[in-house]
Amino acid sequence: MNALARVPVEPAATSVAAPAASAPAEPALWRNGRFEADEWERVAPDAAVPEGPALLPLTRFLAERQALAARNAPLGVVVQPDEALEELAPYLDRVSLVALVFPKFADGRASSMARVLRERYGFAGELRATGDVLIDQMPLMRRCGFDAFEVVNEPTRRQLAAGKWPDVPYYLQPTGAPAQLEVPAGTRPWTRRPG
Amino acid sequence: MYRYDEFDHGFVKARTAQFRDQVERRLSGELTEEQFKPLRLMNGVYLQLHAYMLRVSVPYGTLSSPQMRMLAHIARTYDRGYGHFTTRQNIQFNWPALKDIPAILDDLASVEMHALQSSGNCIRNVTADHFAGAAADEVADPRPYAEILRQWSSVHPEFSYLPRKFKLALIGADEDRAAIQFHDIGLQLKRDATGALGFTVYVGGGQGRTPMIAHKVRDFLPEQDLLAYVEAIMRVYNLNGRRDNKYKARIKILVHETGAEEITRQIEAEFQEVLKTDILRLPDEEIRRIAAYFAPPALPERPARSSALEAARADSRDFADFVDRNVTPHKTAGYGLVTISLKPVGGIPGDATDAQMEAVADLAERYSQSEIRVSHEQNLVLPHVALDDLPALYAGLREAGLADGNAGLVTDIICCPGLDYCALANARSIPVAQDLSRRFGAPERQKEIGELKIKISGCINACGHHHAGHIGLLGVDRKGEEVYQITLGGSGDENAAVGALIGPGFSIADVGGAVETVVDTYLKLREGPQESFLAAVRRVGQKPFKEALYGAA
Repeated sequence: MNALARVPVEPAATSVAAPAASAPAEPALWRNGRFEADEWERVAPDAAVPEGPALLPLTRFLAERQALAARNAPLGVVVQPDEALEELAPYLDRVSLVALVFPKFADGRASSMARVLRERYGFAGELRATGDVLIDQMPLMRRCGFDAFEVVNEPTRRQLAAGKWPDVPYYLQPTGAPAQLEVPAGTRPWTRRPG
Repeated sequence: MYRYDEFDHGFVKARTAQFRDQVERRLSGELTEEQFKPLRLMNGVYLQLHAYMLRVSVPYGTLSSPQMRMLAHIARTYDRGYGHFTTRQNIQFNWPALKDIPAILDDLASVEMHALQSSGNCIRNVTADHFAGAAADEVADPRPYAEILRQWSSVHPEFSYLPRKFKLALIGADEDRAAIQFHDIGLQLKRDATGALGFTVYVGGGQGRTPMIAHKVRDFLPEQDLLAYVEAIMRVYNLNGRRDNKYKARIKILVHETGAEEITRQIEAEFQEVLKTDILRLPDEEIRRIAAYFAPPALPERPARSSALEAARADSRDFADFVDRNVTPHKTAGYGLVTISLKPVGGIPGDATDAQMEAVADLAERYSQSEIRVSHEQNLVLPHVALDDLPALYAGLREAGLADGNAGLVTDIICCPGLDYCALANARSIPVAQDLSRRFGAPERQKEIGELKIKISGCINACGHHHAGHIGLLGVDRKGEEVYQITLGGSGDENAAVGALIGPGFSIADVGGAVETVVDTYLKLREGPQESFLAAVRRVGQKPFKEALYGAA
């Protein structure tokens, strides 16, 4: 798993770009320990694929993958929790971003999909959590391999902007995470501490 | 017993601090109740009918005397002077204030306990045979594996938001004292022909509104693959379990709808994938290191036949009955396992006062190597008692009001909290249990009836395990009236069976009499005292009982 180029998502002391206080229409992207501008464009089902980085639903990606291969800009794929990840697996080398969806924060399917993507398929691009992304689940999501988070929930944005990251930094299970994130700790083979 | 190291202490402390922060954010309104609910549940905090309830985990039902004293302290300080031992070997406190809960968790952490994973849609507290490590019929102690599973499943990043709750139970003997076939995963520790340890694996058992017996998915899983295999099962379930209807979300429904053969294939395929990374393989030296924590205590040699015991037996009928019912053979000659009944006649099954908990802690210290077990039948067990010490122990139990010699008898009833506490219940179950235990309470009558397990649930969620009762009672609401349905022939042992409904239900006034009719019918038709109630039901079927209850058709 050391081939994975995952970036730690520790909250940086220099967190910037706290979102506006009013109810946000657009999710804010938490990545690299700060809120960052999102260079990706989500493509509507029947809209033309833009020039720049384009994020497509899985079905469209699969249907148009040959035409898409001619593009020079990065491609991203949104996979819904009831879609089959293995259909995407053969083409992951052409994909720079996979976005997995949490329809509700209590729906943990995307957590399993994330681990399969990272650990089984060796996906090394950006792995983005979308949907009902809340602060209390984010440390768990990161342990499953997510390194970018689309955040709508206002209290979650505030907490992140304030440098909060409610992790329990004693891990009792190995997840195949790369060494810059988690290192063996203690005497047991399954225990880890943040790297 | 397992002892926390620095890492474990750090973990529990950090987890408590995390929850304290979540409580504060809930109290400030930043977290909605919907957002807070799964967080508090994973820390053992329920919202009941009248108050918050805290369910403290007792991993695989093993407690030390100092831990039991801390439970007594919590009952005394933060509750109303008692606690309730549950069918999952845990203890519930019914009246704590939300503001006190972080302090209670600190107190628990000081004796290496917590309330983690005692609720929520995660891997729940792992249970095991309450006689583990001491029973004469055991192949090996399953608790080291239960401890490994407890650790591995704690705050699991992938499996904390499952479709529904998930329960594991382990045994190490052919006699199933942990109802493993009624669990999401049941594991029986075995040796193969070469003497190597491993597990027979069952998946998809459960009770609730759709009771199912688990399917065997593996005859023999080598011990080093335990975590890899369980992870494979969990992943198949997490990805495919139903999330559209919480009543169809348990793995038993997935197994049922997918088919046992296909689900086995999926689990095995996932297992092969998990094995490729190798990170979950358990090194032999690590299994042995954890197992060393559970090494049997060095028990002083005692005579296999105790003259003190024989003299006391001859002296007191009550004592003799207690020994016959509540003492089980130990693997060490001269010792026994003692069941402490929490089912006094007319009492509330599973309840113990702070003074009783203190008394048990003291008696365990004196007579049982400071070790105590909680059984899934809502009793306590002292696992290492010298036969010579039984008379003195019995005297101590009498003083504490804990000397009922009714283990496994008709008054040893399992019962859910019911409408007296629970927000889900349709009916009271405690008063029904109390009524039945008074009806059958006379020692001679109990003895005559012999082994008979009555289990009572106050609603269809089946927390009182009525499906597995030789006689099961299910309280339902019929147009505003509490009605109790009777099932016969259920069993939670190695010959697991779901009880069958015998006919229309009975009112709370009539249900006690109906159960008496069933028991009297059994006494009349049995082939002798050696034929138990369950054996008789299996032999004759429902007809004679139906006729006795409802008249000939």
